[in-house]
Amino acid sequence: MTLDPTSTKQSVPARLRWTGSADYIASEDLQRIVNVSIALQRPLLLRGEPGTGKTLLAKSIASGLGLPLLTWHVKSTTKAKDGCYVYDAVQRLYDSRFQDKDVSDIRQYIKLGPLGQAFSNAGRAVLLIDEVDKADVEFPNDLLHELDAMSFFVHETGDTIAAKTRPIVIISSNNEKELPDAFLRRVVFHYIDFPDDELMGRIVDVHFPGLDKDLMTRALGQFYQLRAVDGLRKKPSTSELIDWIAALLAHGHDLSGTGEELPFIGTLIKRERDLAIARDAKKPKKWR
Amino acid sequence: MSSAANDDALRPPGSSGPSGPSDSSGPTNKMLFGKLFFGLREAGVKVSPTEWMTLCEALATGALEPSLDALYAVGRALLIKHEAHFDTWDQVFAGVFSGGEMPVALTEELLDWLASPLERPGLSPEELAELELLSLDELRRRFLERLEEQTERHDGGNRWVGTGGTSPFGNSGSNPAGIRVGGAGGGRQAVQVAEMRRYRDYRNDRILDTRALAVALRKLRRLSRRDGDPELDIDGSIELTSKNAGELELAFVPPRENQARVLLAMDVGGSMTPYTRLCETLFSAASAQNHWRKFESFFFHNCPYSRLFSSMTSGESEATAEILKSRPPETFLLLVGDASMAPSELLSAHGAIDWFERSETSGLVWLHRLRSHFSRCVWLNPMEPQHWRGYTVEVIGKLFPMYPLSIDGLGQAIDHLVKKSVPPPPPPLDPRLLRD
Repeated sequence: MTLDPTSTKQSVPARLRWTGSADYIASEDLQRIVNVSIALQRPLLLRGEPGTGKTLLAKSIASGLGLPLLTWHVKSTTKAKDGCYVYDAVQRLYDSRFQDKDVSDIRQYIKLGPLGQAFSNAGRAVLLIDEVDKADVEFPNDLLHELDAMSFFVHETGDTIAAKTRPIVIISSNNEKELPDAFLRRVVFHYIDFPDDELMGRIVDVHFPGLDKDLMTRALGQFYQLRAVDGLRKKPSTSELIDWIAALLAHGHDLSGTGEELPFIGTLIKRERDLAIARDAKKPKKWR
Repeated sequence: MSSAANDDALRPPGSSGPSGPSDSSGPTNKMLFGKLFFGLREAGVKVSPTEWMTLCEALATGALEPSLDALYAVGRALLIKHEAHFDTWDQVFAGVFSGGEMPVALTEELLDWLASPLERPGLSPEELAELELLSLDELRRRFLERLEEQTERHDGGNRWVGTGGTSPFGNSGSNPAGIRVGGAGGGRQAVQVAEMRRYRDYRNDRILDTRALAVALRKLRRLSRRDGDPELDIDGSIELTSKNAGELELAFVPPRENQARVLLAMDVGGSMTPYTRLCETLFSAASAQNHWRKFESFFFHNCPYSRLFSSMTSGESEATAEILKSRPPETFLLLVGDASMAPSELLSAHGAIDWFERSETSGLVWLHRLRSHFSRCVWLNPMEPQHWRGYTVEVIGKLFPMYPLSIDGLGQAIDHLVKKSVPPPPPPLDPRLLRD
């Protein structure tokens, strides 16, 4: 790794500043971190509980900056090379049996992956590598060079595909696997905290403009109370809260009855065991 | 870190306004800044020089506004790459910029102690009686309340940052009175945020949830091409097709798959009761793993004898001898238990504590058989290593590599299990240990 990372990089227009977008509320800290990662041209690694809006953030960065978004959904079978390009050898082999196509032009069998598309895009693009931890543990290491140099070599043709303008790279992880140190050293890291009730109020407001204030207060109160229950395997998250409020609105429920079981609790809690724990926690405590 | 030294560091002559570390604002700023780097490294977060240079680059580009809040957020994003280290960052940041010491080691211990009162032996009956009076939640709440009061009082009289132009990041102008005045944007003051230590729950040595254990268990694997549905071998197909004069000929290979077989045997009941939740967590994490070829779990009471139980409630069991015969030796064996029992339970014939166990063979012999058959095995002990005392722990510890049942301990245990080199055979059983 070079100790002077600026030497290999193009300069970034100073105007490229992200301040959130209409559908995404970003804290001041998050804005700072995103802008620093854009200025330093380093990938931004996002981690956080499922449902805290990691993928949404990438979309918001793209829309906020007015840039196209390319998404690479990583699966357990994804290889690093797939993101650069795929050489369809079988198709070529197959075509070679019939003389109707010119199989000597190997380029027609090279398909660019999301990384390759982002590099060859005429303007700047935002590249989201979604759920990087789903793939094999060595996957991030295999991407190191491509993300550092923003170029890769196509063995079959001898071409080098290099980024004309370095894309803004955002990587999300659910923390299913530990990521390698060499990879972590090169990224800007942000852990998405679970929103507090004030921020959550604003998030809900984005999804349900003009929601009844009393219902909002009651719903958030119940929601955070539920999250505080000790021993839940899967705490309800933002997206589940949104679903729940949608269900409440659809049935005209206003949560005014107290003490009884929460309506549509199934939208918040998905595991049977957790359901039992949550019901148990609602009962008054007995002292020893 | 003494607070006097910090005061000196915080008072460089004539530094006013924003400045990066490479600026010529005097050597003291660099010292203060360096303290952050070395403070983190001393606290066990191995920040690399590359990451440090990246932070310097970020400050030099002027991409962030000169405030302590920005340094807190951006510094953390660039230097700390795991939320488990956020708490250390908070402590070091507060230590460097508030001029305070890092006061939390003691409270941490106390909280741990409150969480697991059974683990600390040697409480007097009076002490126990006192503990009994309050519920754990109540005790913890009161304790935290007290702690909070103290922090506030301490904070109130504290100078901390920003005594007028002393901070290298120029928080000063709008903030002459110290930390009680919010930053220019009315935001949270970074040191206060740091002092709140919101990330304590993410520490590696503290949390132990199913997910964290599952992440650790994922490393337990053995990849090889042996069985499974064959997949297309492109290189092989090209080779065959060429040989076949261009007529398409396809080749197939079995996929590269995880061939790991895992056998988990857990001690339940008795002295293991305080660790029930911990063991449950490990059990659910292990049984949720779907990348192993085979996973089996068994239970035993204190020590494995002639039978291992597949269910503790229904009493279904399988003969240990049968397990030794039918499970391949490359199976990973994980034994979980506190290894603490009466010496006779381990060493004597008919030593088992349960009436239905009438094995003439002592527990140690069974353990030795397991150890000899399954060359890749570990013992996970839910107790903290400083409490690994007693004769039986010592004897079992000589036979099995023993690791604490924590995230780090499990990680080490798995590293041991998947090592490439063949583990040495167990030491021969010393017959003098056994009793009649």
